[in-house]
Amino acid sequence: MAFISLCILAMLVLATVGAARPWFSHAHEVVHAGMALTCGAAAVAVLARLAANDSGVETLTLPIGLPWLHANLRLDALSAIFLLAVNLGGCLAAVFGWSYARHDAEPGRVLPVFPLFIAAMNLVLVADDAFVFLAAWEFMSLSSWLLVLATHREDETRRAAYVYLVMASFGTACLLLGFGILAGASGDYGFAAIRAHQLEPVPASFAVLLVLLGAGSKAGLVPLHVWLPLAHPAAPSHISALMSGVMTKVAIYGLMRVLFDLIGQPLWWWGAVLAVIGAVTAVVGVLHALMQDDIKKLLAYSTVENIGVIVIGLGLALVFKASGVPALAALAMTAAMLHVLNHSLFKSILFFSAGSILTATGERDLNQLGGLIHRMPATALFCLIGAAAISSLPPLNGFVAEWMLFQAVLNGPLLEQWELKIGFAVIGALLALSTALAAACFVRFYGIAFLGRARSARAEQAREVDPVMLTAIAVPAVLCLVIGVLPKLAISLIEPVNRLSVGEGMFDAGGHGGWVWLAPASAFGNSYSGFMMFMTILILTILAVYMIHRYASNRVRRSIPWGCGFTDPAPLGQYSASSFAQPIRRVFVSQLFGARDIVDMPAPGETRPARFELELRDPAWDWLFTPVVKLVGWIADKVDHLQFLTIRRYLTLMFLALVTLLVLVAVSQ
Amino acid sequence: MIFIQALLAGIYQVVQMLLVLAVAPGLVGLVRVVKARLIGRRGPPLIQPYLDLHRLLRKEVVLADNASWLFRVTPYLVFTAIWLAAALVPTFTTALALTATADLIALVALLASARFFLALAGMDVGTSFGGLGSSREMMIAALAEPAMLMVIFSIAILVRTTSLSMIVDFMLDGEVGLRISLALAAISLLMVAIAENGRIPVDNPATHLELTMVHEAMVLEYSGRHLALIEAAAMLKLALYMALIGCVFLPWGIAQPGDGPLAILIGLVTFVLKLACGAVALAVFETSIAKMRVFRYGEFLGGALLLSLLGAIFLYVSTGL
Repeated sequence: MAFISLCILAMLVLATVGAARPWFSHAHEVVHAGMALTCGAAAVAVLARLAANDSGVETLTLPIGLPWLHANLRLDALSAIFLLAVNLGGCLAAVFGWSYARHDAEPGRVLPVFPLFIAAMNLVLVADDAFVFLAAWEFMSLSSWLLVLATHREDETRRAAYVYLVMASFGTACLLLGFGILAGASGDYGFAAIRAHQLEPVPASFAVLLVLLGAGSKAGLVPLHVWLPLAHPAAPSHISALMSGVMTKVAIYGLMRVLFDLIGQPLWWWGAVLAVIGAVTAVVGVLHALMQDDIKKLLAYSTVENIGVIVIGLGLALVFKASGVPALAALAMTAAMLHVLNHSLFKSILFFSAGSILTATGERDLNQLGGLIHRMPATALFCLIGAAAISSLPPLNGFVAEWMLFQAVLNGPLLEQWELKIGFAVIGALLALSTALAAACFVRFYGIAFLGRARSARAEQAREVDPVMLTAIAVPAVLCLVIGVLPKLAISLIEPVNRLSVGEGMFDAGGHGGWVWLAPASAFGNSYSGFMMFMTILILTILAVYMIHRYASNRVRRSIPWGCGFTDPAPLGQYSASSFAQPIRRVFVSQLFGARDIVDMPAPGETRPARFELELRDPAWDWLFTPVVKLVGWIADKVDHLQFLTIRRYLTLMFLALVTLLVLVAVSQ
Repeated sequence: MIFIQALLAGIYQVVQMLLVLAVAPGLVGLVRVVKARLIGRRGPPLIQPYLDLHRLLRKEVVLADNASWLFRVTPYLVFTAIWLAAALVPTFTTALALTATADLIALVALLASARFFLALAGMDVGTSFGGLGSSREMMIAALAEPAMLMVIFSIAILVRTTSLSMIVDFMLDGEVGLRISLALAAISLLMVAIAENGRIPVDNPATHLELTMVHEAMVLEYSGRHLALIEAAAMLKLALYMALIGCVFLPWGIAQPGDGPLAILIGLVTFVLKLACGAVALAVFETSIAKMRVFRYGEFLGGALLLSLLGAIFLYVSTGL
């Protein structure tokens, strides 16, 4: 605990170093190296703690804050697993930023805020009272808002930052009210007091709703996701990776801290609501991602999808916990936590790759890229691992979490409520749909950006990025493979979290023991082994290559592409990003998002160019945000009159307010 | 005793891997022969697919100028992934060494891995045909995969496992009986199998140079040994789906752990018979139906998905477990 506090303190010091950039020429190096070391040390510390299967609790009270309430900090298993994700992501981002941020137009806007942002996230995770939690939460929001504004000269960024600020304030307001209900009339905002305080079902449900709105808007749950694909891509790429891969996880932490720890025994329908929202979020997120041409926007929408998957896991865990089946709750919880770690890894790979592409070509538009596998071979290899992992393909890590989640869904018939039984089947179908669509999405992303022929001169002249950036991409890629092949390593870290949140660890593998097999006793005795699969494929592939090259043929001739006898001279004849998505657009999206293809084909003889445009609408904007914005504007107009009253009327208003409050007090006593 | 069983399981596993590899081209040959006879042609000899593979393997590879390493690695990965998947489905016995490596869900994901790489390879050279094939393949997969998983859910709820060997053992015990959910799942699985293997009415394996093709467009740039591997993988996939349908819905004849050599022999014979029946049924079905337009796929596979979901929901509600 003391060590983590020291790390946070070191980050704050580094933030001041960053702020001193105009007077200190090595600020860039000091901040990035310092952040890499600090985050790395913090990550190793919590990793050691989790690996020792330590479910102890450490607390620390700092004599700062309000006079009657000191700042309480606390480190337990739940904090530790999220600290691991945050600091691992932070460390990688600092390494990547060492090279990447040199290309920033205005480094002074990022350098001081970057350490502050990570420090704020760390502080949220160790907060032990609502004041520290909310203050750190707000710090996290505002520092990330400043980071989004790093590219403030673009109009789109300013709009994104505005929407983000509004949503962040809304989220914090909801959390504030939520904690207010949780603390109850006694008004003790320490988490220990909240934990001891048992709420009636109705106020508890209100608190859950408010926390879901507050944390959900930060995590990007549908329909509160609209700010995320605007804000995350606007920041520099290593910050985008942090916001997508890590900050959303901090929001998930907030949700979990309340639902699995503070509130006590949950009601089953909270979990059901959570799982349904998660399933809808997953499908809507991935469909949006499939429609995007901007690589960073695509990745941001894919974050929405993955958050959906995590929330499905949490929802199932909550349902099972409320129904008194802790072993299954632990299974779903393990899946969710593993996906938290996984997503922070592969989202780092993918956003860093996007940053590399941006550095090498200056392009974010898929339709301007292509053929980068020839010019950026190392980035292409690591990005392929990331793309395959996020598509939940075995033997990589994404699939392990997916597999456990499906095993948890399969246990739906164990539950009593028939709503849940049907609901589980539908959630399983939506989860499967989102997985399959994610694979399509990342085939599109990778195939258009890295494969084929270059679609622009800048893509043609791309060069591989420097070794520092490559290292930051390679490390998570290797981790993805390791966790995929030996998932027990990561799962053993999650057991203390299970004990804390649902009351049971799970992985005493039923039939088969050992570190090779994944065979939770709770999953019908089903098993999966990434290790065996990986080794078998490896051996068979080597065997096939050897046999064929030895006994059949090993000759190769290079030639022009066949293409059914027609070699297309210009690379524009290739499939583009929007043409790749067209079948899926027609099948899934045309009704849901009102997608329209507008084709303007000139008649023969006309000299104007043919045009193709794609129109997409987000129902969340149309049905929720536009009406709300209009309503707020209307109310603001009306309230505006209050600005221009005489002093007499102001006094009357104050008097009326006082009387009303007094009456309220009198009635409630 | 346990050692002997483990040894036997290992041997059976190797036999099974060789068996699927040996019969898969014959299966495709049989489908072609029956189809030709049904429409009044003599058709190629039964061993034509073997000869085709042999010829392709000995030919040189003609690579497009801008093909990357991914393009050259993909055939091997796709072939081994599907070969491994085919080796996991019990054909003649459930006593297989690798059976715990992957359950049905992992099997579907393994096939998805193969598809992922094949679709990427289709986009590698940068011709419009490759992109067209990849894009359509992923659209089909986006519907077929969830449908397949829902079928698996139905089966899993009924027999309380997703492990293939255990499913077969359970089905052989005959406790399941006839169930409406199982019928729905079977229909849905058949539809998925047709789509995944690129058979009529979704795709036409015999077509070339047509805008309606999917799989063939994706692998258009492949030649020589690479093409041989991809064709072999496609054949294995057809055999895999037939074996899967056979082992889940018609498990009779499959030997169980501890059975003697006679049961193994019966298992082998019934497996070949099942495949032959499947081939004839597929040929009859394909000759009696017309190919669909591309954008009808959504309805076809959406139907499969809804059927399987319906089946799963029936079971979720009716099973107290």
